[in-house]
Amino acid sequence: MNRKIVNKRLDSLFKALGILTTVFGILVLLVLFIDVFLDGASRLSMNFLTSFPSRKPEAAGILSAWVGTIWIMAVTALIALPLGIGSAIYLEEYAPKNRLTGLIEISIANLAGVPSVIFGLLGLGLFVRWFNLDRSVLAGGLTLAILVLPVIILSTREALRAIPFSIREASYAVGATKWQTVYFQVLPAALGNIMTGVILAMSRAVGETAPLITIGALTYIAFLPQPPVTFSGGFPFMHFSLQGLFDPFTALPIQIFNWVSRPQKGFSVNASAGIIVLLGITLAMNSIAIILRYRQRKKTRW
Amino acid sequence: MNNVAFNITRMRASYGNKEVLKGITITILPNSVTALIGPSGCGKSTFIRSLNRINDLIPSFRISGDILYRQKDIYDQETDVVELRRRIGMVFQKPNPFPKSIYENIAYGLRIHGFTIKETLDEIVEASLKKAALWDEVKDNLKQNALTLSGGQQQRLCIARTLATQPEALLFDEPCSALDPISTAKIEELIHHLKKSYTIIIVTHNMQQAARVSDYSGFFLLGELVEFGKTQDMFTAPKDKRTEDYITGRFG
Repeated sequence: MNRKIVNKRLDSLFKALGILTTVFGILVLLVLFIDVFLDGASRLSMNFLTSFPSRKPEAAGILSAWVGTIWIMAVTALIALPLGIGSAIYLEEYAPKNRLTGLIEISIANLAGVPSVIFGLLGLGLFVRWFNLDRSVLAGGLTLAILVLPVIILSTREALRAIPFSIREASYAVGATKWQTVYFQVLPAALGNIMTGVILAMSRAVGETAPLITIGALTYIAFLPQPPVTFSGGFPFMHFSLQGLFDPFTALPIQIFNWVSRPQKGFSVNASAGIIVLLGITLAMNSIAIILRYRQRKKTRW
Repeated sequence: MNNVAFNITRMRASYGNKEVLKGITITILPNSVTALIGPSGCGKSTFIRSLNRINDLIPSFRISGDILYRQKDIYDQETDVVELRRRIGMVFQKPNPFPKSIYENIAYGLRIHGFTIKETLDEIVEASLKKAALWDEVKDNLKQNALTLSGGQQQRLCIARTLATQPEALLFDEPCSALDPISTAKIEELIHHLKKSYTIIIVTHNMQQAARVSDYSGFFLLGELVEFGKTQDMFTAPKDKRTEDYITGRFG
């Protein structure tokens, strides 16, 4: 047969194969979404969001779960962001390129691939037992923080590396110190990409179940951690407290996991409704990341 | 002796094991333009990048010899590199404005050196842009992102940014190699004007440019300074056979 015709057919074959694989992935996701939505949409209501879990499926809600998730995420972000961005800046801008830093780099890359349940075991041994934090918000937040830390370090380094060397040269050439160069030029230019990486890492952490179950987060909680700020009628009107950090907690994925494992039909409906909320949070976070990345790309063309 | 800007003796430089400058001895006079020419890889960029110690950023870079600016050793332990780079400004091959507003590009150098009063900043930004012959083109949109300017405008912005911190000497590392002929002509004219107040060294691949803008010329070849002298002399009656071959286009 003519060589040209063979090449042409092969070309269309690969195109068709490519379309097939793409469609397959999207279809599976779509089926999952539709199935969950059909099951759980009827259960979504204000009541569902503002009720504590209950033995009766129709009265049960996810109040303690989503409040717990927000607590955990806040603690995780407060710990992982400064640590992760700080180490990335050091490794990328300051550290000498030698064997030791090479070893550190490989370790971080490997840590990013360690299964999350292992981090859960670490959290259980280190934070829950050794630091005696018990099954508290702080223990959960710390555990998720070390889980996302390697991912944040890697993505931040990538963002810093994307800033052209010529920008650094320009800064040094007008007499800037290293810190001024990093703080005034490199960091602002990389911020969009850093935030994108951080948000994606956090949106992964939102859905993490295994490490929280491993450290023994409770599944049935009928109270909320004490809020950090409370208001009262008398002087000084506002009260600050970190007691909430040491209160026990539950989180959305745990609540969902718990409901799925119950035999009653009503609870699996609740689980689907919970999944919709969790998917909504993840989707919202990812959208913010995409918008940030888009705006960054528009702003800077080197 | 007082009337000498750079006084360099037996300067050797290398990246790792690769020696790129093999004993350069040269004297550069203030308020003049010195052009350095030579084929790619001859060490002229390394030479100019050593004068404000910007090559310190490259870990494998090593340098030796007496490299004096105004009788002070540039590579002395005591040398304040930040102050040195403020006094000896540099404009790079590819325009490299910060991804910020035109105003901020120039104000940055001032801010990091402690200028904070807004009126002073405004004044110096305007003066610098005027000196760099860019003011009329950008005065109405100083808040605009510098990356939206054309290549030639960006390069003049980089020159303005360098002028803002009141340097004494200016190093140009092939400033026109990424620009079109019209922008190139503007920058050359600018260099001609700046000569009155600054010591200028320019590395260029373009021999016509060297002949047009400079008072003194140096010809680099394989890490050595083959010939150095008045530009007019060098281009009309080169002393060295290799210089003659190069400027008449027989190699390089």
